[in-house]
Amino acid sequence: MQSHLLAAEAGSASSRGLTITLFLIFVAITLAITIWASRQTKTATDFYAGGRQFSGFQNGMAIGGDYMSAASFLGIAGLIALYGYDGFLYSIGFLVAWLVALLLVAEYLRNSGRYTMADVLAFRMRQRPVRTAASVSTITVSIFYLIAQMVGAGALVALLLGIAPGTTFLGMDADTAKIATIILVGALMIVYVTVGGMKGTTYVQIVKAFLLMSGALVMTVLVLAHYKFNLSTLLGDAAQQSGKGSAFLEPGLRYGVETADATKTFYSKMDLLSLGIALVLGTAGLPHILTRFYTVPTSRIARKSVLWAIGIIGTFYLFTLALGFGAAALVGGKAITAQDKAGNTAAPQLAQALGIDYLGGNTGGAIMLAVIAAVAFATILAVVAGLTLASSSSLAHDFYANVIKRGNASERDEVRVARIAALIIGAVAIALSIFAQSLNVAFLVALAFAVAASGNLPAILYSLFWRRFNTSGAVWAIYGGLIVAVGLVFFSPVVSGSPTAMFKDEDWHWFPLSNPGLISIPAGFLFGWIGTVISKEKDTDKYAELEVRSLTGHGAH
Amino acid sequence: MTTEVPSSSTERYRAVQESEEFGRLRHAVRSFVFPMTVAFFLWYALYVLLSAYARGFMSAKVIGNINVALIFGLLQFLTTFLIAWYYSRYAATKIDPAADKIYEDLNRDGGRQD
Repeated sequence: MQSHLLAAEAGSASSRGLTITLFLIFVAITLAITIWASRQTKTATDFYAGGRQFSGFQNGMAIGGDYMSAASFLGIAGLIALYGYDGFLYSIGFLVAWLVALLLVAEYLRNSGRYTMADVLAFRMRQRPVRTAASVSTITVSIFYLIAQMVGAGALVALLLGIAPGTTFLGMDADTAKIATIILVGALMIVYVTVGGMKGTTYVQIVKAFLLMSGALVMTVLVLAHYKFNLSTLLGDAAQQSGKGSAFLEPGLRYGVETADATKTFYSKMDLLSLGIALVLGTAGLPHILTRFYTVPTSRIARKSVLWAIGIIGTFYLFTLALGFGAAALVGGKAITAQDKAGNTAAPQLAQALGIDYLGGNTGGAIMLAVIAAVAFATILAVVAGLTLASSSSLAHDFYANVIKRGNASERDEVRVARIAALIIGAVAIALSIFAQSLNVAFLVALAFAVAASGNLPAILYSLFWRRFNTSGAVWAIYGGLIVAVGLVFFSPVVSGSPTAMFKDEDWHWFPLSNPGLISIPAGFLFGWIGTVISKEKDTDKYAELEVRSLTGHGAH
Repeated sequence: MTTEVPSSSTERYRAVQESEEFGRLRHAVRSFVFPMTVAFFLWYALYVLLSAYARGFMSAKVIGNINVALIFGLLQFLTTFLIAWYYSRYAATKIDPAADKIYEDLNRDGGRQD
């Protein structure tokens, strides 16, 4: 059943029309929600934190919607489909990471902060340097993540609509369609954020999480039913169809690859450790995840929302296991790489194969493909909206209100600036994504996690748990972690000097690893410590207030 | 609280922070979350290290095509769910009541509410 799943088929007219129709329905519904949410958005708390009225389950779904990006849905399913076990290894880091958020961050952040990550960092510090640093880091992480998502969206649309080289769609060739998609996605995310604020964005994420979970559940059940719910048979078939045999079910095809060259093998394994540590420590430092904890009334409900999120995200990654191995078995590696070398279309292609199997022939296949493609678009939209909101909140609340206006901006003024900031960040993201759309920028997601783990996480943990920590320490941790992580990646083989690099025709690399975490995360913690001890500043009174408030919820906003 | 109620909010927070009751709350929190964080991190690190350096062990088949690597990975899911569940139970019985008590004392003493 593999041979007929070719590019032309994927973009058949009926499927293409249905995908666009479903996508337009999603856009119409979410825009209606956004307009409704805008009527409920009156104060700064409404705009930044959705009025803090969401329930634990709602926020858990929204966290899932924010977190399960195209990189995890299409990316991990594709990784598993092409490299087998190593894709699964990736998803485990993404899940275990939530324990850091649950045990060390979510509740204390909710109790002591207001709208942004910097509220906690600057609590007992000098406001201007710490908020500037936090704003720089928030915007850097968000922009990296945004570019990866938007470039991915562009490539995906061209693939899913089946715009092959030389053919056109609505008068657009593949490259024009990519740029049009990036602009469309960017415009929609700006509308969600500027009009709907946190309330609108949260509902978009809840709707998306529901669609994504439903789609993944249906596909998982169909895959398992195909193998009479025998996991071993599914794995065996996947291994056989992959052409890699039992190695497909073992670690080592993608990460920590063993070659005859001992040095290469050594670095490849170091790279795996480096990726693993960044995945597990990055999540609790991602600004768009942290701001989600402010949307619930109390820290207990923040805890509940993380518990829901762990359940939802964990279940989802178990589904991707079935989807990835299912795609390897039922679609086959050859058919997948024929569409997209990175495997990003494995899940939609699997949907098509399942539709053909269960819904009666090609029409069924086209319907399933269209549904899952529309879910994938919805996924991208919800994530980019969350990122835009977090970075514009930081620009307005941290940089404008507290650095430029020194805390004297009116609420109304702050929200107005936040809306303008969303417009600016959205426009910058669109421009950078168009510039980057022909480059390989998949590494930017891992880089965003590495920066979050190296700069933001040390600053947050020291702030909450270390009495001696001070302004200098916070500034050193954030800039130090950020500069080391970005600097090492700039000189790594993902930016130059390898066939899959961003600039593959140049070579200025000297750092052997693709992931900087192994060096940059300890460096971030070390910088935070050095910065602290070289400064005499120490505000034990404010730490008393922070500690009491963070543990009891007293004086929480 | 055993201490006298001071006037300014800063002094009040300091008094609470230094109280025995708050010390017990801090201990209840830290004695759980820090060791648990170290434990799950080491457990995850062990998994990643085995994936990198113990390929033979990870490739051993257990039942049918299901090998040690897959079981180890699924165990990471299971332990994540279990730790999350265990923490929520621990927090509800050992942390929340103590935090509530201090919170209410602070309010009764004319604590700020905003």
